[in-house]
Amino acid sequence: MRPLRVLLAVLLLSVLAARGAELRIGMAADVTSMDPHFLNLQPNVAISMHVFDSLTLLDPEARLIPGLAESWRPVDATTWEFRLRRGVRFHDGSELTAEDVVFSIERTQKVPNGQFRAFTRRIVATRVVDPHTIRMKTAAPYAMVPYDMNSVMIVSRKAAAGASSADFDSGKAMIGTGPFRFVRFARGDRVELERNDAYWGRRSQFERVVFRIVPTDPARMAALLSGDLDAIEQVPPPDLARVRRDPALRVEQKVSWRTIFFFADQRERAPGLTDASGAPLARNPLRDRRVREALSKAIDRRAIAERLMDGAALPASNLVSPPVFGYARDLKPDVHDPAGARRLLAEAGYPRGFGMTVSAPNNRYVDDDQIAQAVAAMLARVGVRARVETLPINAYLTRGREGRFCFALLGWGSFSADLALRALVATPAPERGFGAFNWAHYANARVDELLERGFGTLDERRREEIARDAMRAAMRDYAVIPLHHQITSWALRRGLSYPGRVDEFTLANFVRRE
Amino acid sequence: MLRYLALRLLQALAALLVMSAIVFVAVYAIGNPVEILVSPQADQEEIARAVAALGLDRPLPEQYLRFLARAAAGDLGRSFAFDVPAIGLIVERMPATLELATCAMLIALALGAPLGLWAGLRPRSAAGRSIAGLSILGFSLPTFWVGLMLILVFSVQLGWLPSAGRGPTTSLLGVPVSFLSLEGWRHLVLPACNLALFNLALVTRLARAGTADAMRQEYVVFARAKGLGEAHIVATHVAKNVLIPIVTVAGLEFGSLIAFAVVTESIFAWPGMGKLLVDSINVLDRPVIVGYLCIVVVLFVAINLAIDLAYAWLDPRVRGALA
Repeated sequence: MRPLRVLLAVLLLSVLAARGAELRIGMAADVTSMDPHFLNLQPNVAISMHVFDSLTLLDPEARLIPGLAESWRPVDATTWEFRLRRGVRFHDGSELTAEDVVFSIERTQKVPNGQFRAFTRRIVATRVVDPHTIRMKTAAPYAMVPYDMNSVMIVSRKAAAGASSADFDSGKAMIGTGPFRFVRFARGDRVELERNDAYWGRRSQFERVVFRIVPTDPARMAALLSGDLDAIEQVPPPDLARVRRDPALRVEQKVSWRTIFFFADQRERAPGLTDASGAPLARNPLRDRRVREALSKAIDRRAIAERLMDGAALPASNLVSPPVFGYARDLKPDVHDPAGARRLLAEAGYPRGFGMTVSAPNNRYVDDDQIAQAVAAMLARVGVRARVETLPINAYLTRGREGRFCFALLGWGSFSADLALRALVATPAPERGFGAFNWAHYANARVDELLERGFGTLDERRREEIARDAMRAAMRDYAVIPLHHQITSWALRRGLSYPGRVDEFTLANFVRRE
Repeated sequence: MLRYLALRLLQALAALLVMSAIVFVAVYAIGNPVEILVSPQADQEEIARAVAALGLDRPLPEQYLRFLARAAAGDLGRSFAFDVPAIGLIVERMPATLELATCAMLIALALGAPLGLWAGLRPRSAAGRSIAGLSILGFSLPTFWVGLMLILVFSVQLGWLPSAGRGPTTSLLGVPVSFLSLEGWRHLVLPACNLALFNLALVTRLARAGTADAMRQEYVVFARAKGLGEAHIVATHVAKNVLIPIVTVAGLEFGSLIAFAVVTESIFAWPGMGKLLVDSINVLDRPVIVGYLCIVVVLFVAINLAIDLAYAWLDPRVRGALA
């Protein structure tokens, strides 16, 4: 009897020990490919960040920090120089050199349908100065090269020469310098990784990490509750209270870089607008700044954040969230002021209000369709008759670009104010890459000029000042009407902790045992 | 017989053609996949490039004709999101779904047929009544809710079974299957039961109604008059007649189980084809949607054919008609 008991105890202990060395994380979205240079989708990038490194990295507050490059500087107006960290080795033991960096930059431009070309196409030439120094040349002064380099994963030239995306999926080319080695990718199911003991940065406490793909919210939650997972990302807000009550679990929260806002169409004629009695309007009221201000003041951001979203949002005044580069601290979220809103509408010539369609997706952002309903109800209280129209995101985005909405909700995550403004607010100008997502056709010469100046300013401090000025100019004119920044939640088994990240990523080497 | 098969094949081809045209128009009407897959940092030039690279800048009829030309050569295109051949992607997920659906169907038949038979033979007994009553529950409870309840009870509260995912797989004739290991079974039981529930109720009710009906037929009365035992009558005469509608329905339902196991697959994070279809619709991954539905059409045609052949075996009158 006794030896049997000892045997059982040993077995149990070894099972527990094996458990302890493994970390199982529930991912909220499907990973489509292992190729770090194919699609720029959050889950794909999340896995890339474990196996690969980039020259520059982001800290938990989404600020740029050294990665494989120890330092970088502009050598002249159009040349950036990066110095590589010495002694960094790939998972196959070979040493990282500037040649791998050149190869990776070139590969982003060659992958069929690859989306990372966007980060390297302003580089007109690369030059290897010595094995640990590389220079990148741009056609015009361009301050964003170090930021762009954050998105370019450095692969091994030896392992990835001629490799297709399929070679990354199979693991053949999955040789990086990152904190984990690639073990296995089972599409739609899981990604298995194993610790890189020779990692140059923060090493994981866990020998093995399994990312399980569980996009359905209740399923992810149930897997955590039943102990099948050790940690999950994107805890649905209605479950937060329950997780907090559970002594076996803990919650970590962080303000996300994702800002939710409304576009207000600026064209002469916009769809979905009528006067108070439902007849078509001669001019577009949203072109009047006072009307946009009135709409903003009519919205009770506090009520949305606290009551509708169970506290999982922070009222917003900027297009980027507080820790992000270029956030203008002096701007404050508009206070709920229905009387002031009515006054502004009357001043603008709409004492009886008008009719408007409020558009929103219904499966993309936290509580998106309910937020649209709540906003419509709040607008009704100041005399704006709002009809709500919600669509699945796949149909919504196409219609937004086609200009079929007059007042449309969207969410945007960015690690730099000027990048967000360039995409959403800058006057559309395809040749400069300005306003690629400016659905409202908003135009503001002052903002454009500041952005142009900022991207050509290589000094970080001055560039941030310019970015803040651009943000102030855009927000004081209500270029868009910001609602809130989402707050991201992680839930972990008690005994584990995670500091959280503004960019919403779940990095396994930062999950710690207490 | 040969003519019959050729006719079936023609029907299948026509169905494929119509279905693919409908899907093309429908996906086009929903929106542009590039909008969803595009990186937020992309500018207008990148977006235009992506649209052109996927061939989406061409007029829809031209896109469709190109698709048909390639499909005739056996190429259904590459997935926009995964960048691998669409068919390969679907076939890769198929064993997981087939395993789940087969398991669910076996549960439904193995439990449903005897329960229904019992309830049909003794409609007024307490057992008969409760079987009939419970089968109504099986129809009316939503799969989504039942799945969550199963997880809540067996995974969260009791901790007996895992709540999500597929167990380790072993290769059987080159196909990865999970039912050969205990851990595989532990993962399979809950989703299979959840998926089986509706069909379990359906088979039970069919068997019950069929049995009650058969027991009143003249051949049963005649068999009794011949002095045959009750057990013998039920086993050889009644059961065979009751089986005909069950085989039809089970066949059709099996197709549905495979094609639309999506709710169960989502709740239990089961890496099957249904989940792939929903994910693909979400990102408007047209090659995968079309490829998936092609496979489903072929599957239904094949199953219908198999049912007809099974009929012929069960019912000599049909055999004559087919020949």
